[in-house]
Amino acid sequence: MKLRLATVWLTGCSGCHMSFLDLDEWLIELAALVEVVFSPIASDVKTYPEHVDVALVEGGVGTSDNLALIRQVRQHTRVLVAFGDCAITSNVPGLRNSHPGADTVLERAYLQLSDSSGCLPQAPGIVPELLEQVLPVQAVVPVDVYLPGCPPPAARIRAVLEALLRGETPVMEGAELIRFG
Amino acid sequence: MDQSPTPPAGTPRTILIDPVTRIEGHAKITIHLDASGSVAAARFHVTEFRGFEAFCAGRPFTEMPALTARICGICPVSHLLASAKAGDQLLAVTIPPAAERLRRLMNLAQIIQSHALSFFHLSSPDFLLGWDCDPARRNVFGLIAADPELARGGIRLRQFGQTVIERLGGRKIHPAWAVAGGVRTPLAAADRDAIRAGLPEAFATTRAALALFKHLLDGPLAAEAAVFGDFPSLFMALVGEGGAWEHYGGRLRLIDGDGTPLGGDLPADGLGAGPFDALLAEAVEPWTYLKFPYYKPLGPEAGSYRVGPLARLNVCDHIGTTGADSELLELRQRGGRVVTSSFHYHLARLIEILAALEAIEALLDDPALGDSHVRARAHLNAFEAVGVSEAPRGTLFHHYRVDGDGLIEAVNLVIATGQNNRAMNRTITQIARHHIQAGPSAGAEGGAETALPEIAEALLNRVEAGIRCFDPCLSCSTHAAGEMPLHVQLLGPGGELLRERWRS
Repeated sequence: MKLRLATVWLTGCSGCHMSFLDLDEWLIELAALVEVVFSPIASDVKTYPEHVDVALVEGGVGTSDNLALIRQVRQHTRVLVAFGDCAITSNVPGLRNSHPGADTVLERAYLQLSDSSGCLPQAPGIVPELLEQVLPVQAVVPVDVYLPGCPPPAARIRAVLEALLRGETPVMEGAELIRFG
Repeated sequence: MDQSPTPPAGTPRTILIDPVTRIEGHAKITIHLDASGSVAAARFHVTEFRGFEAFCAGRPFTEMPALTARICGICPVSHLLASAKAGDQLLAVTIPPAAERLRRLMNLAQIIQSHALSFFHLSSPDFLLGWDCDPARRNVFGLIAADPELARGGIRLRQFGQTVIERLGGRKIHPAWAVAGGVRTPLAAADRDAIRAGLPEAFATTRAALALFKHLLDGPLAAEAAVFGDFPSLFMALVGEGGAWEHYGGRLRLIDGDGTPLGGDLPADGLGAGPFDALLAEAVEPWTYLKFPYYKPLGPEAGSYRVGPLARLNVCDHIGTTGADSELLELRQRGGRVVTSSFHYHLARLIEILAALEAIEALLDDPALGDSHVRARAHLNAFEAVGVSEAPRGTLFHHYRVDGDGLIEAVNLVIATGQNNRAMNRTITQIARHHIQAGPSAGAEGGAETALPEIAEALLNRVEAGIRCFDPCLSCSTHAAGEMPLHVQLLGPGGELLRERWRS
């Protein structure tokens, strides 16, 4: 019975996903042990499936789409891993939290730094709205495992996945496993 | 010949692809059908935004390379370099020769790893497993199952690039290595030898991929080149001495559809704020977070241009290394002096991997590469600068203005992928029009409701693949396995929902 693995990308830079790909040839071994049931980089599945064993969640919760997806992920996932510093602290995307609301940030990009066509993007149902603050994942749903790093190095990701594949809860301690940045 | 999508007001039906997968970012596609069931327009919607241009204000400019690297985990090196180059100008220093060579080496390594990711991990499942392959298998893990040797080669080629970055900067992703004035650390002889030892395998993988892909282009993929975004446009890229292929410095050149340069070339280093503002403007559409940069003198439509691998190969006169030049010749025999089909971005990417490997080989033999003087030091000597470099996906601009303490007063980032925004929209419209016609269409699997044109998942995957040609990096541009359900909404002229159908 293969472990059902998902990777999720919220408001982040994809560096954590790239670090996952830095597992390099161990990915070939991993392919024999897991079924990737949802992933922006390794699957064409469009809807978050049911009965997911492990989800690696990269990024903070910054848009209405992020919010809807993370709730689905929590509902259908046994072990939710906050994957990287943005998921754990909101990190760099959270730097916008010091601004008075999302609109001031949008105005800079779409009104001040544009030609005369400038307007704030708005297309209900298509373009998600920004939340006022970028939230860490645990501020929205419970998190089971914290996997820090900007991004976490591949060796750290592998240590966590190997523990989960053995059916254990990863013990996160020591500089190699809990370093931020 | 497509026109760019115009607002499809009141079109009665919309097909939504959400999310677009196997690209580097968050996006959706909508296909708007008119009353007869023909495609009126397709739109590419980028659905994320982080606001770097706002929250970087007030930060010291020396912090910007490491901070803006976090725009993108795929091409952090591009931001590191563009930001450090803006910083060089704020210090008003010429960086040491070894520093320039080392920055070039890291950028070449990044081009290799990023292009390998695009070709092997993200796009090749479409070519090698087939458009019609089960979506649950149509991914890198399906590729591992179907062609383990090719997958392993692609994984190891990307690893080669990432390892070069790590040897230079201490880590594979977000190395804090390039700084205003140069780089932090020189290259050790042992690391130089280790990089050299990895070249033969990287060359072999690249040549095998080129041979395989050209074989597919002459066979099963021949039809795609004609409908995957084939239209004339402007192209923009850096060029080096004598019009050679360039990725780091040199001059900035725009060409028109005939290959004629527009205006004069601009220097990449020391491109002042005035010339930069006169060169480009950015338009906004309310249906996407991705802006639409254009060449200001010609306006938003005529001034739309393409950047990236195909642009660099169209804009240069030659590459300057043997193997890559012979491939460039063949590309031009295939597509003309200025190649207009966006499908050839894939081939251009493979040629650039070869060019980057040959350039690395030459750099490793350069005695100046190992020099220990790698950083020029100075205080703040200027208050405004534009840093330019070629990211894997195209030309990248970091424009900073600082106060007397070196704190950022204003920052504008013009990102490679955004510059292809208009072209991406034209491409998916062209593909959708070709494959989705009113009435029963090819590739249908039966069971259609008469009111809807029949649309097979594989055709929608082709529309998505039109986006994959450009290898968009939406992390950057917005510094901003089971079944793929298809959600078709039938909307009345007033936008009211008439019928809804999910197909999985």
